Amino acid sequence: MIRTTALSKVYRSRERQVTALDGVDLHVREGEIFGVLGRSGAGKSTLIRCVNLLERPTSGTVEVGGRELTSLSASALRAERRGIGMIFQHFNLLSSRTVAGNVAVPLEIAGVPRRDRARRVAELLDLVGLVEHAKAYPAQLSGGQKQRVGIARALAAEPRVLLSDEATSALDPETTRSILALLRDLRDRLGLTILLITHEMDVVKNICDSAALMEGGRIVESGTVPELLGRSDSRLAREMFPLGTPALLAGRTLVDITFRGEETAQPFISTLARTYNVDVNVLGAAVESVGGRQIGRMRISLDGTFEHNVVPIGYLREQGLQVDVIDEAEAGSGTEHTTSDADVAAADGVALAGKEL
Amino acid sequence: MTWSEMRPLLETATQETLYMVGVATLITVLIGLPIGLLLVLTDRGGPLSFAPANKLLGLVVNVGRSIPFLILLVALIPFTRWVTGTTIGTDAAIVPLTVGAIPFFARLVETAVREVDRGLIEAAQSMGAGTFTVVRKVLVREAVPSIISAITVTVVAIVGYSAMAGVVGGGGLGDLAIRYGYQRFETNLMLVTIAVLVVLVQLVQFLGDLLSRRLAHR
Repeated sequence: MIRTTALSKVYRSRERQVTALDGVDLHVREGEIFGVLGRSGAGKSTLIRCVNLLERPTSGTVEVGGRELTSLSASALRAERRGIGMIFQHFNLLSSRTVAGNVAVPLEIAGVPRRDRARRVAELLDLVGLVEHAKAYPAQLSGGQKQRVGIARALAAEPRVLLSDEATSALDPETTRSILALLRDLRDRLGLTILLITHEMDVVKNICDSAALMEGGRIVESGTVPELLGRSDSRLAREMFPLGTPALLAGRTLVDITFRGEETAQPFISTLARTYNVDVNVLGAAVESVGGRQIGRMRISLDGTFEHNVVPIGYLREQGLQVDVIDEAEAGSGTEHTTSDADVAAADGVALAGKEL
Repeated sequence: MTWSEMRPLLETATQETLYMVGVATLITVLIGLPIGLLLVLTDRGGPLSFAPANKLLGLVVNVGRSIPFLILLVALIPFTRWVTGTTIGTDAAIVPLTVGAIPFFARLVETAVREVDRGLIEAAQSMGAGTFTVVRKVLVREAVPSIISAITVTVVAIVGYSAMAGVVGGGGLGDLAIRYGYQRFETNLMLVTIAVLVVLVQLVQFLGDLLSRRLAHR
């Protein structure tokens, strides 16, 4: 739905030049919520502003809904922009207009007749839960209400894509959650494709289907959240679901379990303890329930050395869980090591390999 | 001079002043508003960014603002005659008043429009608005309270200028104060004239502030 190819943006001032985007290839699939995470200065703001060409990229192309925006004339671009809604960190509402008036702006720009406008505005205010504030001015609203107006306005012209430029960064955590819930709900109901940029890990964790990490104008990592979780070297996954540096205990085995939202919800810990008669100690867990599915990671320790626990670990793998055993050498240096299936099989001969097949 | 002698003089002079100030303000706003907008639009980073035009416009405005009004009044006499066919009376006075007030007002408009948050312009652009729509629906509309304040300040300045116009036979309260109050030593009349001017300025400022506050929903 959104695709950028080799997108670059260089700002030139008299003496120096700053590369804000350095060859960004981004692909957002239809209907997904895609989060771009990065610190300030990473280029994520430039990236999202390049998607609707508020900022002209120095080179590279932008494609939204199959149309290549970078090659369009000014008037064709304006028409195309009506199909791309945008919400902002500081809301950017017109202070001189009421809530209803603000929501009507894109309709006026699109040339919708007055009567249809009023009906559509009422629908939109209902959608974001602001019907009773239609006649209020933005100055009379709270931050969360202002962003709801921003969302209603962005959706007025029935866009298929919504761009969110740090839309929750000026809001408190509770309001952030309600705005994120609204965005997810709107995506589900209207089939929107949402590209959002944020510096808040929680936002990605809460609503994103896919995520990318930006650094120094480049995308250093990207994929769907389950994909990222599946990669043990994923920084995004580690930051999203932090377990800290493992501290090894003599005579115990440390195991990281990753839930990718694909496994059936069942009490595998207690089953594990009962069936194999092992002591399971949960050392840490960072698990999020997204749409009824569990996503995240958990670190447990099992009694005995790895050799003693080959069978219980095999059981966990059978449940469809990704299981990473942390070995002593790696734990000491503070980095995690993934024991691949092959390693485990090698350690245990053929028994486990047989089970996994 | 008694009150009954002063009254008709004051009435005529006040009407003349209101006429001069009213017409001059109207023309000033009609011409100064677009100039002020162009100063912002053609500036670097603006929607119509065009440096040469911006520099030239800025220069013209600055030249206009640096000429003392009294000099402008005299220097414009040929132009005034060309426009109105005369150099005496209220109609003739309107020409220098307008020419003097336009650069002043244009700068005030520029400041008012610059105060509009850039984010609002971007929001409108993201909805597919063109430059004209951005100017009309965002820049001008959002700057209205500040522009009302700018008009208020300009009207007060024009009232002051109009008193000076009295020197060259422009009519109005300034003319009255000079001819009767100063040249004929009618101190009472001069004081009353000043009082009328004070009341006029107060009234303009009060109404301007009221309107500006009414229109600002901050």
